[in-house]
Amino acid sequence: MTGAAVEVRDLRVELGGRPILAGVDLTVAVGEWVTVIGPNGAGKSTLLRAVGGLLAAPGVVSLFGTPIRSLRRRDRARVVATVAQSPVVPAGMSVLDYVLLGRTPYIPPLGRESAADLAAVHEVLDRLDLMDFDRRELATLSGGERQRVFLARALAQGATLLLLDEPTSALDIGHQQEVLELVDQLRRAHGLTVLATMHDLSVAGEYADRLVLLADGRVAAAGPPQEVLTEELLSRHYRAHVRIVQGDHGPLVVPIRPR
Amino acid sequence: MPAERADRPAGTPEASRPAGVPAAPSGGRVTRGGRPPAGPGATVRPAGLRTRWLLAGIAAVLVALVAGVSLGPVSLPPGSVAAELLNLLPGVHLDSGLTEREIAIVTELRLPRVVLGLLVGGLLALAGGCYQGVFRNPLADPYLLGVAAGAGLAVTAAITLGAGAGGAITGMPVTIPLAAFVGSLGAVAMTYGLGAAGGRDRSPATLILAGVAVSAFLAAGQTYLLQRHSDSIQQVYSWLLGRLATAGWHDVRLVLPYFVLTAVVVLLHRRELDVLSVGDDEATSLGLHPQRSRYLLIAAASLGTAAAVSASGLIGFVGIIVPHTVRLLAGSSHRVILPLSMLFGGAFLALTDVVARTAAAPAEIPIGVVTALLGGPFFVLVLRTSRRVFS
Repeated sequence: MTGAAVEVRDLRVELGGRPILAGVDLTVAVGEWVTVIGPNGAGKSTLLRAVGGLLAAPGVVSLFGTPIRSLRRRDRARVVATVAQSPVVPAGMSVLDYVLLGRTPYIPPLGRESAADLAAVHEVLDRLDLMDFDRRELATLSGGERQRVFLARALAQGATLLLLDEPTSALDIGHQQEVLELVDQLRRAHGLTVLATMHDLSVAGEYADRLVLLADGRVAAAGPPQEVLTEELLSRHYRAHVRIVQGDHGPLVVPIRPR
Repeated sequence: MPAERADRPAGTPEASRPAGVPAAPSGGRVTRGGRPPAGPGATVRPAGLRTRWLLAGIAAVLVALVAGVSLGPVSLPPGSVAAELLNLLPGVHLDSGLTEREIAIVTELRLPRVVLGLLVGGLLALAGGCYQGVFRNPLADPYLLGVAAGAGLAVTAAITLGAGAGGAITGMPVTIPLAAFVGSLGAVAMTYGLGAAGGRDRSPATLILAGVAVSAFLAAGQTYLLQRHSDSIQQVYSWLLGRLATAGWHDVRLVLPYFVLTAVVVLLHRRELDVLSVGDDEATSLGLHPQRSRYLLIAAASLGTAAAVSASGLIGFVGIIVPHTVRLLAGSSHRVILPLSMLFGGAFLALTDVVARTAAAPAEIPIGVVTALLGGPFFVLVLRTSRRVFS
């Protein structure tokens, strides 16, 4: 396998004439977990969309050494799977059918699922402890259960690069940990690469190998959590008053009321 | 390469359960009671058309066929009619006991009308189900989107401005469906464009509002044309109300190619429409070209609508009633909705036509009036059950 899982060079994106990303470089090694943090509007989701191929970003994004432009959509979908920030939950669709959507890149256009696709989906459901849910309507599941189903669809895609846009923003603290532990376990067991965006800085630092701090469309800082989660950087880029406490798995960010 | 399957750790199912994730998380989890634990390859099947529903759809078409041909000013025994219909199949020779004249009524008068009803109803329902999927909008329908109004204006223009000059509408000139197609595509483009003006996250309501505006605009144009050409107002008006023509097999032959084309294109995309239901971004990241599929499907559904409208005028609500009934009864996957809508839509319209021509016999109620009478109350029901889509 040549090169990094994700290689972004000087990515510039304008939306409606407004620069969102103004020259971003990003490298994610195979098997690494990198989380992009940054204040609202810093361009985190845009960066993820560009890596996922949802934005035309000419020639500056490569996945596993291949420029994303030269990948056909179906081939790209076998390499990179995205869990959107708030995925659409189609009315009336069962968990099984929803996870089967993840097999789309393997199903011939206008064709139907094969027994192999079904087996792959059952295996993913089994692995994520979702076997009892397969007939349930997705819309009737709780937030934590849904997040596992979204993950299951991404895993059914068979991609080794996982893009997670705010994977836990809709979850309570217990389900946040449950989902992130699950992602980390899957990553270690199957050599997945994870590129995520997150708002909760302490949680972001505890799970990521490296953090990338985006501010105003540029990389303000990048590196291990200890180097990025500093009182100085966070007060400058978030205008936040925080205290950093060293935890067991990285720095913990505690908001302090300004006086 | 799907790596997560290739190097799955060996061991018990427990070994594959992520550390830190309890076996049965509390909260929101259903008990396992009531159904045996499903192993891989257990009986749970993906969404798809079940055989019994397919058979029910075919049965409905056959019932509509026999009833439609039997009932009328001269009622014929259904058994004899069924025998006579079977005689139309190659290699079948049954004695139906019908006179020559009755056989002529069956094959030259009633059968073409029933078949046209099956085709038009099937097209309208299929197009409705297709629009609802493409626009991810439970209220999308050839009428609410303005598609039918566009076709109506184009046909009115074609008749009044001379494209259909001389010919009565029955015995429709070939130019009429083409004009209708152009009109319907133009209307759907206007509706979609206006709805899109609301920005990326256009809501279902925006699209319907745009459709209402476009429909009103096109209907005004049509009224204006009719005012200016009052000599053809009678001709256009009887067509506008919706009616199944009785011009023998001519109209059937004209509609059939459009029916086949629309049905093939739309039905081939039935799984893709399920994928599109998660939205364009996610469909793209799953490897599809949502916009490309959308344009193709809109073109196909509009072509079908245009053919239906040019053959039978404005017959409302079939495109909403039928797909929603199917959705409520048989399932929400497009693999279920689309084929069943086509079958039940055809059967529904053919049976409605029986009501239209017998309820006030010897006069005929315009079929569009009958479908709208049934459709209005039904529409309210649909609104109530699909309320969550708008919340």
